[in-house]
Amino acid sequence: MSDDETTDPKHLESGEGAPVPDKAADTPATRTDDDPRSADLAQHTGGGRVPELSAADAEPVQIGERRGMFGATRGQDTTGYGGLVTPTLMPGASPRPYGSFFDEVADTLAVALADGTGYESAVERVVVDRGEMTLFVRREHLLEVAHALRDHPGLRFEMCLGVSGVHYPGEAGRELHAAYPLLSITHGSRRIRVEVTCPDSDPHIPSVVEVWPGNDWHERETWDMFGIEFDGHPALTRVLMPDDWPGHPQRKDYPLGGIPVEYKGGTVPPPDERRAYT
Amino acid sequence: MTTQDETTYDDSAPSPGLDPSLPGADPYGASVDDDTEGARVFTASGGDWNDLVDEATALHEERIVVNMGPQHPSTHGVLRLILELDGETVTEARAGVGYLHTGIEKTMEFRTWTQGVTFCTRMDYLTPMFQEAAYCLAVERLLGVTDRIPERASIIRVMMMELTRVSSHLIALGTGGMEMGATTVMTVGFRERERILRVFEAITGLRMNNAYIRPGGVAQDVPHGAVDMIRGVVGELRTGIGELEKLLVENPLLKGRTVGVGYLDLTGCVALGVTGPILRSTGLPHDLRKSAPYCGYETYDFEVVTRTSCDAYDRLRIRIDEMYESLKIVEQCLDRLQRTEGQPVMVEDKKIAWPAQLAIGGDGQGNSLDHIREIMGTSMEALIHHFKLVTEGFRVPPGQAYVAVESAKGELGCHAVSDGGTRPYRAHFRDPSFNNLQAVAAMCEGGQVADVIVAVASIDPVMGGVDR
Repeated sequence: MSDDETTDPKHLESGEGAPVPDKAADTPATRTDDDPRSADLAQHTGGGRVPELSAADAEPVQIGERRGMFGATRGQDTTGYGGLVTPTLMPGASPRPYGSFFDEVADTLAVALADGTGYESAVERVVVDRGEMTLFVRREHLLEVAHALRDHPGLRFEMCLGVSGVHYPGEAGRELHAAYPLLSITHGSRRIRVEVTCPDSDPHIPSVVEVWPGNDWHERETWDMFGIEFDGHPALTRVLMPDDWPGHPQRKDYPLGGIPVEYKGGTVPPPDERRAYT
Repeated sequence: MTTQDETTYDDSAPSPGLDPSLPGADPYGASVDDDTEGARVFTASGGDWNDLVDEATALHEERIVVNMGPQHPSTHGVLRLILELDGETVTEARAGVGYLHTGIEKTMEFRTWTQGVTFCTRMDYLTPMFQEAAYCLAVERLLGVTDRIPERASIIRVMMMELTRVSSHLIALGTGGMEMGATTVMTVGFRERERILRVFEAITGLRMNNAYIRPGGVAQDVPHGAVDMIRGVVGELRTGIGELEKLLVENPLLKGRTVGVGYLDLTGCVALGVTGPILRSTGLPHDLRKSAPYCGYETYDFEVVTRTSCDAYDRLRIRIDEMYESLKIVEQCLDRLQRTEGQPVMVEDKKIAWPAQLAIGGDGQGNSLDHIREIMGTSMEALIHHFKLVTEGFRVPPGQAYVAVESAKGELGCHAVSDGGTRPYRAHFRDPSFNNLQAVAAMCEGGQVADVIVAVASIDPVMGGVDR
């Protein structure tokens, strides 16, 4: 798949056949939220009802820091750069327009959520990075957003391809992330990602199994590996590790494990205890 | 000759720590579950099935729970099916997985980005190229080099993936046949797959677990004579698949076992996130190679095969027809390989391109002596770069990417997260088998016990991928 959005013919097509705004009749004052044209208009005029991005949101998100020049984990740092501290920054929220079909998705979602929570309270930030769109959704509104994403005719993300947990111990209050890749076959294999965070101290995220039943085992796996409790899951038990296994192995605070290997008199320590350059 | 060790070992004593009088003392035996108290437990391990059935019916039990497994059905890996039976009818079916969990995703976090290929290729051991491709495409998107992958590398990737698709489908049909008691189907399937494995061995040096597709391209160019060899193999495969087709398609026994069995319609497939041949057997032409092309699939001429009966028979027919389509793509790849002879197969950026200069020597495949001579004898900088890249690896800018490819079994996705280091911060694989195996309950409940086997075979799960 091409990363360059301008050369992708599919993206060019998305602008064609769009309704031509009737300038006389259509003003922000005459627009209503349930008017399906409003989403299209917002997309083509480049402005939505979504407020401007605040400077704080656009800042990259620091998830940790790296020390030294080469990331050596063991032994003396002989480079003289041992005191160097580099923050690890994940991409921050993106400004409008997002490009590709992403603006249309955001605007349509705003229309779909208008009757309930509202887009602004449900979606905390939108990150467009490397040609992929990530909607960070507040966990208390996940189910509503999930229903809207699946059911609204303009969105129709009918496939949820599982959930992937990620553990960021350095992101205080948002240590555990759950990323849901969504696919809309109806709209020509559009893909977005919904990401939900929860703190280590309260690892609860509502289950989306009632929206996408296929996420059953995926949520069990994420519970198994990361300890995220998916509230409302029909049977949240371990799926890969044995039932009586202690801990959640793919968290960053869980050691890899392993034994030293002896070979011809020398001993090689297990992989997580070797000198490494990360 | 005298014995060197005078000690005699007494193996009749029980293993330490295990009291044989206690239930469950056999560490490999079935554990005794508290919930079964009051219910009779039958252990079926050989003998006449009828005796067991007579014994069970004598008790006038209404509800029988059969534990099929954990066992190794054909090449699927260790799967456990828990079936609740009413006579011959399955009233409830559940699958238990996790017996082959190897922690590959966690292990990948402790190796460099390039070494990750070596691990993920072992997940679904029947479709190694798809895991490699999905992972490498994700890493390349993170690096932002997707557009700089040489054309020849993409052609080789497509060719290897399509050959893998054929070999995976051959196993699906072959072991599916074996599970129904047709061993000829199995021998023909494995015989034909062997031809593909020989091609893989000639190109990558390994039959399986190839670690051939690398971030930035492929490990090495196809060897001299490979194009002619594959052209010959494609012809042989056509004949072999034709033989399999003749054996299966109108076989009344096979049709009796598979038509209308393992039914899952479009609603069920979409709800359960089921993709691949199962989804296409409902008539929906969803194929990522067409709908979201990668590696230049949009430039190849092939059809997406669909059928409409939603059953095991149609999935089998789809797999046969897909193999012909894959061979069509392979032939187009061969033409392009001839056209692009001599072009690079690895991205130009020497900070990413793994220095895999391999050659065949007297003692087999190893580092190319020319390369060794260059880095050891003539260029200090080349040695430093080689050393740094191999020991430390390359850094990937922080961010995340999800890339999906159409594996033989459905959508195989790779969610890769980088924190800017030389190793994956997180690499998650959305394996199609893991997801599709959830459909066992929907496909089997209400059917016969014997249909469970057919339904599971039509899902074509591989536990190496399911459990990772």
